[in-house]
Amino acid sequence: MVDIISAKSLGSNDIKIDGAVGEPFCDDAKMSMRNVDVFYGDNQAIHDVSFDLEKNQVTALIGPSGCGKSTFLRCLNRMNDLIPICNVKGSLQLDGEEIYGKQMDPVLLRARVGMVFQKPNPFPKSIYENVAYGPKIHGLATDKSELDEIVETSLRKAGLFNEVKDRLDQPGTGLSGGQQQRLCIARTIAVSPEVILMDEPASALDPIATAVIEELIHELKEKYTIAIVTHSMQQAARVSQKTAYFHLGKLVEMGDTKQIFTNPRHELTENYISGRFG
Amino acid sequence: MTKAVNESLPTSAVTEKIKLGLKKRHRSEMMFKTTGLAAVLLGFMLVFVLLFDITSKALPAFHQHWVQLEVDYSASNLRYSEGDSLENLRYRSTLRKAIANQFPDVKSRRDKRQLNGLYSSNAEFAIKDFLIANPQALNTVQNVWVRVDDDVDIYLKETTSLGEPLIRIDEKEAQWIKSLVEAGQIDKRFNIQFFTSSDSREPELAGVRGALTGTMLTMLVTLVLSFPLGVAAALYLEEFAPKNKWTDMIEVNINNLAAVPSIIFGLLGLAVIINLFGLPRSAPLVGGIVLTLMTLPTIIIASRASIKAVPPSIREAATGLGASKIQTTFSHVLPMAMPGILTGTIIGMAQALGETAPLLMIGMVAFIVDVPASITDASTVMPVQIFLWADSPERGFLAKTSAAILVLLGFLFLMNASAAYLRRRFESK
Amino acid sequence: MTTANLVFIVMLIALASYWLGIQRSIKVAGGKQQVKDLVSLPSQYGLLTAFWCGIPAILFLLLWSAIESSVIDSLLIDKVVLSADGQIQQNMGLIVNNVKLLAEKITLSEDISSATDIQLQNAQFFIALNEKATWLKTLLTLVIAVGCVSTILAKIKHSFHARNNLERIVSGLLFTCSGIALLTTIGIVMSVLFESISFFSQVPITEFLFGTQWSPQIAMRADQVGGSGAFGAIPLFVGTILISTIAMCLAIPVGLMIAIYLSQYATKRIRSIAKPMLEVLAGVPTVVYGFFAALTVAPLIRDFGLLIDLPIAAESALAAGLVMGIMIIPFVSSLSEDAMTAVPVALKEGSLGMGATHSETIKKVILPAAIPGIVGAILLAVSRAIGETMIVVMAAGLAANLTFNPIESVTTVTVQIVSLLKGDQEFDSAKTLAAFALGLMLFITTLALNIAALKIVRKYREQYD
Repeated sequence: MVDIISAKSLGSNDIKIDGAVGEPFCDDAKMSMRNVDVFYGDNQAIHDVSFDLEKNQVTALIGPSGCGKSTFLRCLNRMNDLIPICNVKGSLQLDGEEIYGKQMDPVLLRARVGMVFQKPNPFPKSIYENVAYGPKIHGLATDKSELDEIVETSLRKAGLFNEVKDRLDQPGTGLSGGQQQRLCIARTIAVSPEVILMDEPASALDPIATAVIEELIHELKEKYTIAIVTHSMQQAARVSQKTAYFHLGKLVEMGDTKQIFTNPRHELTENYISGRFG
Repeated sequence: MTKAVNESLPTSAVTEKIKLGLKKRHRSEMMFKTTGLAAVLLGFMLVFVLLFDITSKALPAFHQHWVQLEVDYSASNLRYSEGDSLENLRYRSTLRKAIANQFPDVKSRRDKRQLNGLYSSNAEFAIKDFLIANPQALNTVQNVWVRVDDDVDIYLKETTSLGEPLIRIDEKEAQWIKSLVEAGQIDKRFNIQFFTSSDSREPELAGVRGALTGTMLTMLVTLVLSFPLGVAAALYLEEFAPKNKWTDMIEVNINNLAAVPSIIFGLLGLAVIINLFGLPRSAPLVGGIVLTLMTLPTIIIASRASIKAVPPSIREAATGLGASKIQTTFSHVLPMAMPGILTGTIIGMAQALGETAPLLMIGMVAFIVDVPASITDASTVMPVQIFLWADSPERGFLAKTSAAILVLLGFLFLMNASAAYLRRRFESK
Repeated sequence: MTTANLVFIVMLIALASYWLGIQRSIKVAGGKQQVKDLVSLPSQYGLLTAFWCGIPAILFLLLWSAIESSVIDSLLIDKVVLSADGQIQQNMGLIVNNVKLLAEKITLSEDISSATDIQLQNAQFFIALNEKATWLKTLLTLVIAVGCVSTILAKIKHSFHARNNLERIVSGLLFTCSGIALLTTIGIVMSVLFESISFFSQVPITEFLFGTQWSPQIAMRADQVGGSGAFGAIPLFVGTILISTIAMCLAIPVGLMIAIYLSQYATKRIRSIAKPMLEVLAGVPTVVYGFFAALTVAPLIRDFGLLIDLPIAAESALAAGLVMGIMIIPFVSSLSEDAMTAVPVALKEGSLGMGATHSETIKKVILPAAIPGIVGAILLAVSRAIGETMIVVMAAGLAANLTFNPIESVTTVTVQIVSLLKGDQEFDSAKTLAAFALGLMLFITTLALNIAALKIVRKYREQYD
């Protein structure tokens, strides 16, 4: 009963979001975003969001659906460029370089900031070709053996090599869902990105495959900076070091994952974490 | 791991490596995009050239030059005596005298014959009609306008310096024409005849009325047959048919039929409809049946898509109220699917309207002067008329052909525009 | 009475019986107030009566019309045979035709003084036969119509389920209509097959398929001297392939690039102008393209040839092929565009997300993924090109040259079908039958292409659905 009475205020505009609470900024930032607004035509999807992605850390972006976390993630490697009516304002920097600046080549940016999507989307090519795709288009390998090397390393890093080493020439679409997603991760790391963006990478997978992916994310952070959007709070708690909580296009709170989940500072965060809405 | 690239290369090195190739990749991106745009522009250019070419060729056909002759309707000239019918008088010689009086210097037989070629071969009927309409003109001299010959017409339309010879007009004729023009006896008028008369061997007399009527009759037969048949077949396949081998076969069959070359339908018409069933050759009835068979797949496919798009909830609601399957279908599903069905039908009819090849097979290519009055009369249709005129050696038919094409394209445009309008209204709902 | 008039009368009767059915049902119910006691609505009784009146009568009429002429012909032949010696048997067709012509003259009261007595007799017999047939037809039709109506009217009772009956009839009708498409196919197969078989009994099939000489014009009539002609279809096949190849060389790259641009690059505005432009190209009747090819493109190409000292035939394969290519561009582009838009956006994003440029994404991911759909589109386009008639009839030649040279004049299968069948022909000469044999080849080829294309496209759709 109590829940029903308070439902109105739980996730609504009644609770003020007055700039993010917590510690959105850090000293060792790989990417830093300041005062970012995103518009779809006349609709504003993101309101004045500022925070940093810390180097070699996993940052989880959580929040109820429709809160803009995926939209925000897609701004980080300019995937939103594909939508003509999408307009991004504010400052987004990768190692101090402006992402939306004139100097920035989106092709190069996307090579440096890779992306793994919600639904595994291997190309309808062989497993080998899937992983070799990036290095080939970017000209990273000078000969076949070098390419083989990259493919093998990437597959190993994605923890997939032993499962597929005998059938590299078979279509990537023939793998199981979890394997497909790991193939997509291998494909992404084959171009040695600096940042990997993951948009609910495990939402289409069963619990076992999810566990494998989470394990993998854990290992990958040694070398890459990772931002992961997830709708599962438990997953965020398991894989991330930092957590940012989004609500209706605004950043409500950001801080160490442990702190967010044990001692949230903002009322909305607390309501969400405790499962009162979302 | 001997030389693990990913391990050994720091990420900045990878970035450097990628940067090396970027310029070239962006250039090839530009090239590719430009090629695509060029292809689209080529398409625009082709449409423009096609329409411009035909329009520019067609424009002359909408005008026709007339020549004014001083005709002496004296009884002696016409060999008329009291009580004679005005129908069978000596109009030809009267006409010849009229033009001879105009050019008294022309003496030799050959020149005179050439002189008589200046006006259209139906001019004698024109002066006859004039007299019958104005009987009081008997025994007077009248100024009568008659059409010029098609070669003269083309000369007048194309020449840049009057009096100079041009194709099929020699110097002498050119001078005659020049003197007529200078005397104000040549006039350019709108060629209404093009719409009111039927086919003729003489380009200056030929019109599209017969072909248009034939087209209307043929389309009428096609519509009357193909619409109910197509809708009924679509209804059956979409609403009633059980999912089995039989319906599968019909479905595959309809898809294949939609891609069978139209000429094959002509062979079917010739062998079955004409030779087996004994229906008359060259008739709009047969043409309509053949075109029906040809357009049925289009109508069925479009109607099925439209019926499929009717939400199942409508059917469930009607059935839930106790309506039978048939009642549901005819009073709820069909009305909702109608705009889509009509769009498909119009598109099918537009296809049929432009179709030529199968009609050649069933003998609708004959030279037919009479306007067909019923669906069993011998007739021709617009596209076939275009084909026939395009084949004619006379240059005068070039403009006529293009003009007929414009008329045909006009009809097609109207049909497609109405289909597009229907579709848009349908979609906005 | 003519069949058309009879159909009209039957429809009037049907209309009347609709009213009768309603009245009868009201009467059975015992007045307008009691109508609700009936199991079905009065209008359903009316409709049922009308259907029962119209359908049997019209079916009978159709059947009668289908067999009438052949029955009368055979009766006439019996009569002619009885009245003449056996020697004229082989010219039977001609004699029967003469009799019919004469009969027509008599009915139009034209001059018939040249006819012999026997001919006159036969003609009178023919006229009498026709009259009898017409009377019988009218009588029987009316009897059937009225008979059916009275039977059904008698059946109308309180408990008579008109609705169920009606629905059974309607679904039967719908079913019949859906069978028309199948009947059409059977009709096509039968007509081309039977005539082809009788053609192959005159000309060996091997000569037709592998012969390199085509000159059917010699064989005008069966009784002509040296009248067999040459029926080697290889030059026609080669001509068809040549022109189609030229067409596809233009249509595939241009159509594909248009499809790529419109589906991947174009803004909404460009699409909204380019789509109608393609619809115009697709909607122009082929006879117009033929005119364009014959009177604009061909002279242009020839003039260009003169400019560079290259003798190009007036009816070169190049002109016909290029214009056919223009005609096919929208076909290729719209089908390939469908194939490309069917590729999931996720694949495109996956590639772009790794830093591939747009063109790399198209070339390495989207096109390979769409290739089955595109192949299907191309197969359909090829089938379209092979079966296209008017452009080649107007712009390609009649002479059967065996050549792959695009600047020479070649002829095609469709051109020959038209030239063999245009105008009046004696129907059993090898020349006429050859057209059906060519039709058979055309039908088989296009059918195979269509089936292959539809299979590929369908399989491809399943892959992404």
